[in-house]
Amino acid sequence: MPGLDYNNLPEREEDIDFSDIYEQHEVQVDDDLDTIVVVDGAPVVDEAKEEKLVSVLKKLFTKNAGEVKEGGIWMPMAPNDKGKKESKGYLFIDFETPESAHAAVKNLDGHKMSKSHQLSVNKFTDVEKYSKLGDEYVEPEIEDFAPKEHLKSWLMDPQARDQFVMYRGDDVSIFWNRKTEKPDHVYSRTNWTETYVQWSPLGSYLATFHAQGIALWGGPSWNKIVRFVHPGVKLIDFSPNERYLVTWSNEPINLHRMPEGSNHPFSEYDEGNHILIWDIKTGGLLRSFPAVQSDGNKTVRWPMFKWSASDKYFARAVPGQQLSIYEAPSMGLVGKKSIKIDGIVDFEWSPARADKNDPKLGLKEEILAYWTPEVGNQPARVTMMNVPSKEIIRTKNLFNVTDCKLFWQSQGHFLAVKVDRHTKTKKSTFANLEIFRVCEKAIPVETLEIKDPVLAFAWEPQGERFAIITTNDPAYGAMPGAGGAAPTIKTGVTFYYLDKSKAVAGFRPLKTVDKKTCNYLFWSPKGRHIVLATLRSASVSDIEFWDLDFEPLNTGEGKSNTKPELGSSVQQLSVQEHYGVTDIEWDPTGRYVVSGSSMWRQTVDHGFCIWDFKGQQLLHENIDKFKQLLWRPRPKSMLGADQKKKIRKNLRQYSKVFDEEDLAAGDANAARVIAARRKAIEEWYAWRKRAEKSMLEERKAAGKELRSADEGKSETIEEWVEEVIDETEEIVD
Amino acid sequence: MRPILLQGHTRSLTQIKYNREGDLLFSVSKDKVVNVWYSHNGERLGTYTGHLGSVWTVDVNSTTTMLITGSADNTAKLWDVQTGRCLKTWEFKTAVKRVEFSEDDTMVLCVTEERMGYSGTITVLPINTDINAKQSDEPLAAIHNDGKKAVVACWGYLNKYIISGHEDGSISQWNWKANEKLNTVTPHEDIISDMQMSTDRTYFITTSKDKTAKIFDSETLDHLKTFTTDAPLNSASITPKFQEFVIVGGGQDAMSVTTTSARAGKFECRFYHKILEEELGRVRGHFGPINTIAIHPDGKSYSSGGEDGYVRVHHFDPDYFKFKIEA
Repeated sequence: MPGLDYNNLPEREEDIDFSDIYEQHEVQVDDDLDTIVVVDGAPVVDEAKEEKLVSVLKKLFTKNAGEVKEGGIWMPMAPNDKGKKESKGYLFIDFETPESAHAAVKNLDGHKMSKSHQLSVNKFTDVEKYSKLGDEYVEPEIEDFAPKEHLKSWLMDPQARDQFVMYRGDDVSIFWNRKTEKPDHVYSRTNWTETYVQWSPLGSYLATFHAQGIALWGGPSWNKIVRFVHPGVKLIDFSPNERYLVTWSNEPINLHRMPEGSNHPFSEYDEGNHILIWDIKTGGLLRSFPAVQSDGNKTVRWPMFKWSASDKYFARAVPGQQLSIYEAPSMGLVGKKSIKIDGIVDFEWSPARADKNDPKLGLKEEILAYWTPEVGNQPARVTMMNVPSKEIIRTKNLFNVTDCKLFWQSQGHFLAVKVDRHTKTKKSTFANLEIFRVCEKAIPVETLEIKDPVLAFAWEPQGERFAIITTNDPAYGAMPGAGGAAPTIKTGVTFYYLDKSKAVAGFRPLKTVDKKTCNYLFWSPKGRHIVLATLRSASVSDIEFWDLDFEPLNTGEGKSNTKPELGSSVQQLSVQEHYGVTDIEWDPTGRYVVSGSSMWRQTVDHGFCIWDFKGQQLLHENIDKFKQLLWRPRPKSMLGADQKKKIRKNLRQYSKVFDEEDLAAGDANAARVIAARRKAIEEWYAWRKRAEKSMLEERKAAGKELRSADEGKSETIEEWVEEVIDETEEIVD
Repeated sequence: MRPILLQGHTRSLTQIKYNREGDLLFSVSKDKVVNVWYSHNGERLGTYTGHLGSVWTVDVNSTTTMLITGSADNTAKLWDVQTGRCLKTWEFKTAVKRVEFSEDDTMVLCVTEERMGYSGTITVLPINTDINAKQSDEPLAAIHNDGKKAVVACWGYLNKYIISGHEDGSISQWNWKANEKLNTVTPHEDIISDMQMSTDRTYFITTSKDKTAKIFDSETLDHLKTFTTDAPLNSASITPKFQEFVIVGGGQDAMSVTTTSARAGKFECRFYHKILEEELGRVRGHFGPINTIAIHPDGKSYSSGGEDGYVRVHHFDPDYFKFKIEA
């Protein structure tokens, strides 16, 4: 009771103010029209059929939308021209909940009851809204054109430096690499991403992960460019030319769980799907796909959809059954159906585009290669197929196969298939390399037999060489220990080259190095240099830098006539160690290598090192909670072959200029450092003077002057200890 | 020069201290023993036995007549340096983690642990400088911090202030006579592990498990310098002469040491330029975290005590005195 005055209590009941109690117990009158829908287009019936129609409609709406209120269907009847009572073809339905009304509009609007009767279902409130709409045409406001930011602005750096993104703790930061100096900070944001970050393949966008979806960022301001709604998104994959984005979430799309009124692009077709394909330019959803039911294998194979080099086609293998090739951006299946391939395990697109720019290859169509294991009587097989014609251009049968891995050379000139084979008894395993020479007529296949299992294979980018890691360590294949880290095993590395000196060209070993522990190969993106690394091992963290075209300085006069020994050009440049290294990445220009130790895989010593291609350490940063460092990729160079040649010819001139710039920058830096030091020293001594003075004054006032530690009274005592070690007596004549 | 290895303790070192002349080095350890050594050759002069628990802390007065120690047996003991006789035992409710003589030797401060319902205190006890006199039981003051417990404390010059470092990384300045907090700052993110004054007590250095060491003005608590490392720090000391250096030490937590190799443990003494905050060098040798560092008052040698139970006495090479940084 508001303002109850105890000294002036009301005398009669009528005088008591009950307004607060009324307010509390007031019944909410249900004037909510949100539960009502208007249905039009129903058949016109007379009284006799009224009941039947109502019951049919009730069934339909209860099934497809939700519970209808008791007596919630009202179909107005009126006498027609002939005076007979007849329905008007429309009716009102009152649902229990607004959600059911919403569902009715969504599911049954446009529903065909029969050939001539199509229902149109609208919300009652909508009908009201639209009927109140003015007749006058209002010009829609046209948004001003906002020019997009220059997405490739970072390439215009006058010193052609490279950028990288670093994720540490909760902060994501972009830096310029400055070699030996601390990286130059560009932009930072706290909590920019929730799980990790990823660059697009040409470096235009930085993708960040959030519970609601993916955001892409870029341009000089690092503003958000586009956002893709996908709850619980975990993995993403860009198409090679950055036109499309594939996202995967472990949570199926659930329309009911989308917050009401949120701006999501999903419809009932997307319900329950895990994979979405987006157009990056427009931000629109192109298509969603359900996850493939694989036989109990919970791990997701990513990328699930693989893109052809031109972004025109993308495909997915349903293991053991079929290969589905789709066209972009129409999202339709090529040839309207999937290709049934019994037992298909995996496939890879050739990185070569179907254009005439590569005269060696001269592809008319794009190529993909897939492999199938032994099924019944049929041997295991690697097949190459043209897309979109689906013409099979080469197959190769294989025997005693346990697994295959397909490796395309970066220009698509070669396809190497690493075939893990077992002996008849299945007791020991070894490997074969089947190398398809795509450039040559009829695509000859060369088989290299390797006695030991092959752990890693890598083509030299744009080259005709490759490196493999083999092992004959008996510990290979043993289960990792309880600590989780795989045991470090002894390995060997072999480099192969294409020998064209013989009539029949073939790949031959160039050099073999044994007694290594490395388990990962990292070619420089420009070829020639390679890093052999022992990653994620508990005891060894070696990084080796190798050069495959090493030219020793000519010591002798003139060129010797003897041909240099095979493999002499393969030279180890240096061996370095970065304790606890977990990741290695070349920068896109092949000038620098970064090795990182991430808190995701390592408990202590987080941070990164920058090395030059020779293995000289340029920078070592210890960073607490360091998680990720990624170089920003660069798009392909626009220069033609002859322009590049010209630059290479004049390299000496350029390098002179660059050296001078570096020197000047170094001098300026040194001067700056020294100035900063001087300032620090001056400030310190100024402060010392002040502090000492006030302290001495206070001491004087207190009558306790400072006594120095040894008021000149200390004395040095020298102690001589003579020890007779040996005594001999000799009689001298 | 080759370091001298002092092998007199069977458990990890907790604190080491030079006397004012620097000819003696006192070391205390979790093995309940207090040792005194000749600092120039590492010969052991004697031990002070009597504590029943780990000895956490030690200090010696400026005339090297009396020694005070604090222990986990809830006592602080006063010793006659020359004879090894225990002059006085003060009983506390909890362990004594830190002791320090005042500048004029007439008082000591004792930092006690917060345990078993007793709050941590900084207790100031009077000391009669005559070794034959009876020592008083009555404390002159007892400071309670209202926030997190104090773990280290130092006297300011002229006994004007007591400066305390706390578990939460904060540092407070006290007018101890009035039990009044004058100033407090929170420069560290984790527990403060050590605090050492400069020779004239106008500034001090703190170390923390947050992997940094910092220098502050003891009058204003103004932050002056920061030394950032990659390992939790346990101790730091300021060189009194010849060079403007600080020496810091620490390493992986003792708990996680067994899971890392020695090279990853970062059990090194690091030398930083005090003014420029730049790392200049490291001294390896311990195979466990470094718990305590002390520099000889003449600035020509220093010692470090480690979790490995050893004290290493290092005499600087001639190069050390010639070093000059370009500026």
